[in-house]
Amino acid sequence: MSMAPAFFNEMFDDNGIRPHYAKLGDWTQHMPAELRQMKQAEAEALFRRIGITFAVYGEGGDPDRLIPFDMFPRVFTQPEWRRLERGIKQRAKALNAFLVDVYGRGEIIRAGRIPARLIYGNEAYEKAVTGFVPPKGVYSHIVGIDLVRTGPDDFFVLEDNCRTPSGVSYMLENREIMMRMFPALFRENRIEPVDAYSTILRRTLASVAPAKCESDPTVVILTPGHYNSAYYEHSFLADLMGVELVEPADLFVEGGFVWMRTTEGPQKVDVIYRRIDDAYLDPLCFRPDSMLGVPGLMDVYRSGGVTIASAPGAGVADDKAVYTFVPDMIRFYLGEEPILQNVPTWQCAKADDLKYVLDHLGELVVKEVHGSGGYGMLVGPKSTEDQIAYFRTRIEEDPDNYIAQPTLSLSTCPSFVEEGIAPRHVDLRPYCLVGEKIELVPGGLTRVALREGSLVVNSSQGGGVKDTWVLAE
Amino acid sequence: MLSRTADNLYWIGRYIERAEMMARLLEVGARIALLPSVGHGYRNEWDSLLQASGTADGFSHKYGDPVQRNIESYLFFDRDNPSSVASCFERARENGRIVRTALTSQMWDALNSAFQELRQLERQPRSELELGVLTEWTMRQTALLRGAIETTHLRNDGYDFLGLGYGLERADNTARLIDVKYYVLLPRVDFVGSEFDNYQWTTLLRAMSAHRAFHWAYGGDVTPAKIADFLILNAKFPRSLMASALAVERHLGHLEETYGRRTEAQEAAEGLRDALRGLSVEEIIEEGMHEFLSRVIGQVNRIGGIVHATYLSGEMR
Repeated sequence: MSMAPAFFNEMFDDNGIRPHYAKLGDWTQHMPAELRQMKQAEAEALFRRIGITFAVYGEGGDPDRLIPFDMFPRVFTQPEWRRLERGIKQRAKALNAFLVDVYGRGEIIRAGRIPARLIYGNEAYEKAVTGFVPPKGVYSHIVGIDLVRTGPDDFFVLEDNCRTPSGVSYMLENREIMMRMFPALFRENRIEPVDAYSTILRRTLASVAPAKCESDPTVVILTPGHYNSAYYEHSFLADLMGVELVEPADLFVEGGFVWMRTTEGPQKVDVIYRRIDDAYLDPLCFRPDSMLGVPGLMDVYRSGGVTIASAPGAGVADDKAVYTFVPDMIRFYLGEEPILQNVPTWQCAKADDLKYVLDHLGELVVKEVHGSGGYGMLVGPKSTEDQIAYFRTRIEEDPDNYIAQPTLSLSTCPSFVEEGIAPRHVDLRPYCLVGEKIELVPGGLTRVALREGSLVVNSSQGGGVKDTWVLAE
Repeated sequence: MLSRTADNLYWIGRYIERAEMMARLLEVGARIALLPSVGHGYRNEWDSLLQASGTADGFSHKYGDPVQRNIESYLFFDRDNPSSVASCFERARENGRIVRTALTSQMWDALNSAFQELRQLERQPRSELELGVLTEWTMRQTALLRGAIETTHLRNDGYDFLGLGYGLERADNTARLIDVKYYVLLPRVDFVGSEFDNYQWTTLLRAMSAHRAFHWAYGGDVTPAKIADFLILNAKFPRSLMASALAVERHLGHLEETYGRRTEAQEAAEGLRDALRGLSVEEIIEEGMHEFLSRVIGQVNRIGGIVHATYLSGEMR
């Protein structure tokens, strides 16, 4: 892999502007600073008006703050995208095959390709669903795969999100707002639309209706409630799909089925797209101490009365320690070579790896195995001695809980910043939908680290978002 | 429709109507306070307002004596007062956010913009904000939302739950406003028929934006009996008890039709309408205005309770 210190710039090469960015070059040339500021303010007003805000509860500050939106789009060519698409679908397929396997016969473990302890001893391994095969053999119906780029042809998978990846509302709204503000750009560039996402999502969910469902399936989205930071997205998706957005208290179990409480009496629910954690699905099954969830839900699920998407237990496939084995899964289940590469990863659980990691903390990125959102993470080259020392102690105390990766030279994309236009590091999260078919809309969520030099794109850590274009041929 | 969604819509209606009532109450208070004091320096109109809005205990606990500026703050801005205009707008908007998908974009826009503007008002120094600005702002915002509902919302069950919230809250609030005048502001019999008495009645009409409408409907002198007839029994005046009761009945009638099922709620609403229809102002005055109004408020609450148990609690089978 290329680990050149210079960052790959997605718009410029040695000869100037890459052809697929040419029209954006003209666009910025004809945009005086005042117009840009006006448009930026307009975009912000639109976001606020629509109500897309991102609440980070427990952090204090404005509960209605916006994720910064950078108007400079990120562009992929058709051949670039086709390769990504093949790689993403391949990965989503292998991850689902893996999940069916580890909750079934465990062939991959018997074959000695993955250590048994890593799976059966994993916190995310859900014993309550062993032996159960969900409809169409799908555990993870929405797979969010985080990708970074380091060169023209070098894409790496940073992590897989098999449970309930969020952010797709930004993919859709960013596009909506760009089209509203810069219609001319969309006439000049031939940009593949992304708005089929909600239709495909609905179709995907309907395609995995349980065996006992005999009519047109009733699909709902299950949200923890309006205090959740992704609540906007839950309600946005429910709206686009034309389905009910329910909270656990809106559901109850009776006679082997799940029902929602309506003004006309109970209505049967067939497919639940849940945006809550396994632990809060059913207090009878997971958390006897909890008042949250729908008592009896898991019994209905296991008897084929309702489908839960993603299926309980799907989390074992996106664990950071399991991640290192995904290329092996692709070879094992599909008999193919992986199209997208993993980032080389040291597992602190292994003695040799641990030694290497502790010796090179200053150059590595260290992550908690179960962490997310950019928390509990050390970016060696950007950290102080104290921070490194602190992590050293934490890792020594509990090595199993940490992995490390090289600090990748994330590609940059031009972004609007205070001083004008400057390169900022980006990543990409496409959303792959798995049901009867495996589908992907041409696009995804590009996150951008707006602080100069920063490599952390998480919105909780000063990251922003961009519209992501795939050009038609 | 999810019962919880119906509940959120219903409360949007209630909170917005309550915000408007608070603003109208403040206006009554401010106008009456402009009068030279009567009797023996008797000046309890602000206290009366707190009594009428059911916020007297909360206020005295926080501020002690009723001073106009404090009352304005308490009834308009104070988040410790669950019925303040700010609290009502905030909760209506929160309910709206929860059921974002059941609202039209114009409705959300009205709710959300009101909330954003409110936050700006809160940042301005209180000394720069005349009460008139605040009450006018409130009326404009509630009118914008109501307009958005009437012009954009599908005439489905959601519309009826919004309407039920509005109707029940309005019936309750109108009864309370009349009660302020009748029972609280004029506790002494010798004031009846005085200049001061008539001024209060006129103020009440103005606060309900009904001064002109009253003259169209009745003409001639303003008498307490005519005004009582207008505010209680006249079905043409949209804030009257009768009009509110008819609105509640109409929305419950739609629900009966939509769901193909008649419940206790329809019975109760028809009961209220029948009770009002059979009455004359003379009978009301004979019963005692305060006693009558208390009875109506009780009936309205009972209907609210039945609506909750039937449609909003999720217990319907």
